[in-house]
Amino acid sequence: MTTLTRNASPAEQVLPGTRRRRGRGDVKIALFFIAPAMIGFVLFYLVPTLRGIYLSFTEYSILGEPEWIGVANYQAIAKDPLFWNALGVTTQYVLINIVLQTALALGLALLMHRVAKSTIIRGALLLPYLMANVIAALLWFWLLDYQIGIVNFLIDSIGLPKIAFFGSAEWAIPTQALINTWRHMGYTALLIFAGLQSIPSHLYEVANLDGASPMQTFRKITLPLLRPVLALVLIVTIIGSFQVFDTVAVTTQGGPVNASRVLQFYIYQKAFTESDFGYGSALAVILFAILAIVAFIQMKFLKGNESDLD
Amino acid sequence: MTTTHAPATSRVKSTRRRRPINWRKSGAWVLVAIAVAVSVLPFYWVLRTALSTNGSLATNASNLLPADFNLGAFKRVFGLQSPEEAIADGGSGAQIDFWIYLRNSVLFAAITTASAVFFSAMAAYAFARLRWRGRNVVFSLFLATMMVPPIFTALPNFLLIKNMGLLNSMLGLVLPYIFMTPFAIFFLRQFFLNMSREVEEAAKLDGASHLRIFFQIILPNAAAPLATLALLTFIGQWNEYFWPLLVGQDESVRVLTVGLGVFKSQSPQGAPDWSGLMAATLVSALPVLILFAIFGKKIVNSIGFSGIK
Repeated sequence: MTTLTRNASPAEQVLPGTRRRRGRGDVKIALFFIAPAMIGFVLFYLVPTLRGIYLSFTEYSILGEPEWIGVANYQAIAKDPLFWNALGVTTQYVLINIVLQTALALGLALLMHRVAKSTIIRGALLLPYLMANVIAALLWFWLLDYQIGIVNFLIDSIGLPKIAFFGSAEWAIPTQALINTWRHMGYTALLIFAGLQSIPSHLYEVANLDGASPMQTFRKITLPLLRPVLALVLIVTIIGSFQVFDTVAVTTQGGPVNASRVLQFYIYQKAFTESDFGYGSALAVILFAILAIVAFIQMKFLKGNESDLD
Repeated sequence: MTTTHAPATSRVKSTRRRRPINWRKSGAWVLVAIAVAVSVLPFYWVLRTALSTNGSLATNASNLLPADFNLGAFKRVFGLQSPEEAIADGGSGAQIDFWIYLRNSVLFAAITTASAVFFSAMAAYAFARLRWRGRNVVFSLFLATMMVPPIFTALPNFLLIKNMGLLNSMLGLVLPYIFMTPFAIFFLRQFFLNMSREVEEAAKLDGASHLRIFFQIILPNAAAPLATLALLTFIGQWNEYFWPLLVGQDESVRVLTVGLGVFKSQSPQGAPDWSGLMAATLVSALPVLILFAIFGKKIVNSIGFSGIK
């Protein structure tokens, strides 16, 4: 699970109580307290990261030993039409999510801020987010079924042609994005809502006295002060969306043909169905690099706007 | 965007503007109601389908109540129907027992949550309350791991668990999660940093050890954030799919999410066992729904606080 927090800047490590224990530290006792977490960090984060990079330069089919082949995997990937398809399909998925999810969530957050602050409503909106991806996928697999799903029944009853949400190439990815948007919309709205709550109300009062129109107030006060939260929402959405797997694995399995063969599903197939761990690892390195670049760009963006509220 | 409206305008008491504002307000309410309906109604449809029979679903596609009310789908999910009965009801007839998956999910989520939260609390104590050389560097390293996508470490971790001979065992399933989660450490460190030092200093003067301070002062005082963290970790682990799919395929350790996937792939092609699938979905969702019914407020309020993903 990717985890992000609003004040994750490691720069703000001013600790209270630096006054005590001049000189001598608590190294021994600290080692004791940190030991279990350190074991987990080394064994399941640090070593696997290095090993994953190493494996990406090898030919390895689980049986036997990994064999060093230099950058051959990466060269093969550059010429692999399925990789480029996966990258394109995943990008399409990410873009739909960004636009749809952020726009809907922003609208919903503004509405909630105006009329509905009750915990019950917020809870109801959050419910889909607490469900497993697998559950969301199966639920919509049924609701969107071509033959007897309720959505197609409604579409049919108003005289429009039925849609093969999972079975047609042009709908496969938008459908996955719709499921993801359904699951995340309320959660994202709550994040933005929290950001709205933190905008001091006197700013609005001043703007109002100055005769600013609602539109001006939104553009000149709400939006700029919301930018750090929106940046956070964007980074969470992008990084999460690039790793789409569960809903695809449960519903379309990458199909029809290659229409929904997203990156992580392709990695999974290479490594576990075709037992090509070297190639799978190289693909994973590329996914990792994409996410790192996205995170880096977003971090700069976040930092540049941190002062907005002060 | 539907409203481009600053909240303060509604607070202005101007009788001339009252009417249009009320119109806007009711419009906003309608939109919020639609969003709530879209979020919640699908769950009703799952329940309605689970209580129907496959045969009558096709002919009553839009009936709001269960078509031909019946508990057969739940029996099928818990392995209480004979294969012949199951096939007659539109199931695959394959052996399926969600009791086992339910037990495995509870074990997997409970063990990883309890262990990770405890060890993360210990680490957070070292990062927040102890002074030692290299602390900030180590903490930054821990934070950086939040950026590593799970798929990237999953491949080597799978190899490690496989080489240890722990594939298809509960130990192999929980091992990568029990030592810590970077988020838990970060989350608890924030709380520990803000806790008052006075009681702690007094205890220290009385000669209390760090262990005693940790157990008798820090942990009890952080009960609320610990509970929130445990709740969020548990739900996250409950929903985990990728890792259990890799190492827990065997029926004896299969968790609910993986079981759902298997059940779906076994479902007869062409005419899926919809009522069985939806009964299974509901059974898998139920524990989280119950947790949410009890602790909903805690969960909702935690979102605003930290923006956990």
